Amino acid sequence: MRSARVTGTDSGTSPRRPHSRHRRRTVPLALAAAGMLLAAACVPGTDGSGAAGAGVPGAGATAKPDPSKAGKATLTVWDQEVRGGQNDELERLNAEFEKKYPNIRIKRVARSFSDLKTTLKLAISGNRPPDVIQANQGYPDMVAFVQAGLLTPLDDYAGLYAWNTRYPSTLLNLNRVSADGRDFGTGRLYGISQTGEYIGVYYNEDVLEKAGVKPPGTWGELTDALPEIKDEGELPVQFGNLDKYPAIHTFGVLQNQAGGAEEARESVFGRGKGFDNEPTREAARTLADWKKKGYIPEGANGTGYDDAAKKFADGEGAFLITGTWQLPDLKKSMGDKLGFMPPPPAERGAEPVTTGGQGLAWSVTSKSRHPQVAAAYLDFITSRHAADVMTEEGVLPAVPGSASREVPEGSVDEQMVEGWEQLNAADGLVPYLDYTTPDFYDSLSADLQGVVNGSLSPDELSSKMQRSYTAFQDKKNSQEKKRAEGKPKP
Amino acid sequence: MSAPPTATDAATGAAAGAGPDRDGGRAGLPVRLLRHTAGRYRRRAPGQPRAVGYLYVLPALALYAVFLLVPLGQTVWLSLLHWDGLTAATWAGTDNYRALLTDPSLRAPFLHALSLLVFYAALPVALGLMLAAALSRFRVRGMTFFRTVLFLPQVLAMVVVGVAWRSILAPDGLLNDTLRAVGLGSLTRSWLGDYTWALPAVGTIGTWVETGLCVVLFLAGVQRIPRELYEAVRIDGAGPLREFFAVTLPALRAETAVALTLTIVAGLRNFDLIYITTSGGPGNATSVPAYEVYHRAFETNEVGSAAAMGVGLTVLIFALTVSVARLVEGRSEGRSR
Repeated sequence: MRSARVTGTDSGTSPRRPHSRHRRRTVPLALAAAGMLLAAACVPGTDGSGAAGAGVPGAGATAKPDPSKAGKATLTVWDQEVRGGQNDELERLNAEFEKKYPNIRIKRVARSFSDLKTTLKLAISGNRPPDVIQANQGYPDMVAFVQAGLLTPLDDYAGLYAWNTRYPSTLLNLNRVSADGRDFGTGRLYGISQTGEYIGVYYNEDVLEKAGVKPPGTWGELTDALPEIKDEGELPVQFGNLDKYPAIHTFGVLQNQAGGAEEARESVFGRGKGFDNEPTREAARTLADWKKKGYIPEGANGTGYDDAAKKFADGEGAFLITGTWQLPDLKKSMGDKLGFMPPPPAERGAEPVTTGGQGLAWSVTSKSRHPQVAAAYLDFITSRHAADVMTEEGVLPAVPGSASREVPEGSVDEQMVEGWEQLNAADGLVPYLDYTTPDFYDSLSADLQGVVNGSLSPDELSSKMQRSYTAFQDKKNSQEKKRAEGKPKP
Repeated sequence: MSAPPTATDAATGAAAGAGPDRDGGRAGLPVRLLRHTAGRYRRRAPGQPRAVGYLYVLPALALYAVFLLVPLGQTVWLSLLHWDGLTAATWAGTDNYRALLTDPSLRAPFLHALSLLVFYAALPVALGLMLAAALSRFRVRGMTFFRTVLFLPQVLAMVVVGVAWRSILAPDGLLNDTLRAVGLGSLTRSWLGDYTWALPAVGTIGTWVETGLCVVLFLAGVQRIPRELYEAVRIDGAGPLREFFAVTLPALRAETAVALTLTIVAGLRNFDLIYITTSGGPGNATSVPAYEVYHRAFETNEVGSAAAMGVGLTVLIFALTVSVARLVEGRSEGRSR
């Protein structure tokens, strides 16, 4: 880095030879080029707040912040809750917050998930970042932000506001990053989520009835039903994987059912043995088998995720394995025909397990000028009252409030909320597999298309996942070692 | 930015030997400078190159530098670093470029882009030439209408094109439905989800988009060809094929070069179509450099690698357009039309 800077400057100031004719013509060009390089030649990333752990304003908090004493303040909030119910819910809560604290104004910047992802990095590394942001869990976003010292640890606030007891630890852990910005799922708390989500099984009661199948109570009943539905001339499982990521969800469910839940959870957080195991291979075999037997559509890799959901809503397919976020839309078009459940356990009445987690974490930036107000805002939008507002708008709150008890008996919303509570009680949530390494999303989503297609064998998938896993763990360990060696002795 | 004119002015001034200062230092500096410059130009023959020319270029050059040269320099600089976009960058030297040449997953996008050129450049130009030659031989009623229809894909936003074709190529989309309707059901497949067919399928969209541009370009060119040439070649007894190769093709040389340049550039910087239709899938069968640049810079925090890829793409586009200018347009032979 340093050497680069020196050479950059040298080329601009070296001419000591007499000006020759040739030289004269090149001087302007050389000057322009040197100027161009100099303009560009600041080492990126060194002008910001610096190393990890910088700026820990949250650490000083000893009493519950009171925004009403904060004077006139504007809280800038960047979020991605742009879809129907989520947008309504947040707008209501923002208005209520402003009403409660008339001295605080909330400036909301709402962008779609991918727009937020691409612009957030620039926004929060600037000198006047937003106060509150929604950070995606995992290495590419939240861990990278923590490494760069851009987020405020919220542990003190978590104590003051009793977030530690409000949330199950499984959920809270997903928003933790170790202080050195190396590990994910442990360490300091850097965010708090508003909503919950998990992968479940939607079913179309009409199609099941036609095939003479009851909604499955166990995973075995579900798999046994597939050939029966197929024989009736109906599609057993609707599935569209053109967008690459949906297979990660389906695969996660299959892996959990094959008994790989515990190991997968440990490995996602970098504490496990990885993915060279039987459940991983069995899940891949099942997925390939479903394709071969026609339980999932022939053109699965060429059908969009949204298109598949639309087809399911139109009555094409008995089951659809996807996240709770689809519920409001499916309910709207299917009405009473729609049923939902967490993936049924191996034995009737046993504890459910599935892939899932929570919405993006709400975090406070380390350069925020109103960290206390920001913390109060976080508490407000995740409170019991906020949970009720979310339920009213059809959104699944991470911690369901009293309004969840009032959802109509037997409705699909009730099935969803009940499933969520069972999962949390049983500690049955396995984080999304793509959190495992920074490039796991890329490799796994591409490889699973190969598994669906039949061009990648289950063994190959398992060993590729394992290679990616160990390579990343090795890299982390060697970095850790280097850091330990490079540290000056106290 | 202002470096080129001032430096050259000073240099020429020194070479010409500044005239004696008649005011003996009494006038202000600006006045002296103006007189000095004016005096220098009075001694020059008109038409001789003058440094003042730089002044006219300056506004455009300034814009060009601010919006193109500086970002380009920055990209080159970033490509020499390992940077995640947030924390302090570390010096990478040529690491990123070496990876570009050795890592198969980084090389593949370039190979895909080059094979896409068949669909984006070669096919549209060939089709365009054929159509233009045919249309020039016959008087077609409603020519303006056909021209407009053929050119329409160029006017549409690529996002719209991508969404429309994604539904056409879907497993139960228009294409497969048509195939089934004419009894070719065995040929149906999920075009965008098939490892072998996804790239040609995306390429076909490119052909559809670019052909109109080529046809319109060539039709304009054909109208410029003197009728006498056609008459002469017909009197000499040439058939339509001979006529095409002897008259039309050579006369359309400049247009062909323009069409090739435009389509090659469009093909290589193809991002939106891939983003909308396949996101590089299935697997990585349709990943292209432009998509990878975006993906690495914004999604996987590998800014250095993304920048190197961007520079590689720039170099490739530059090399290809220069060779088109040399080989097809024949600029190196000093010909000008």
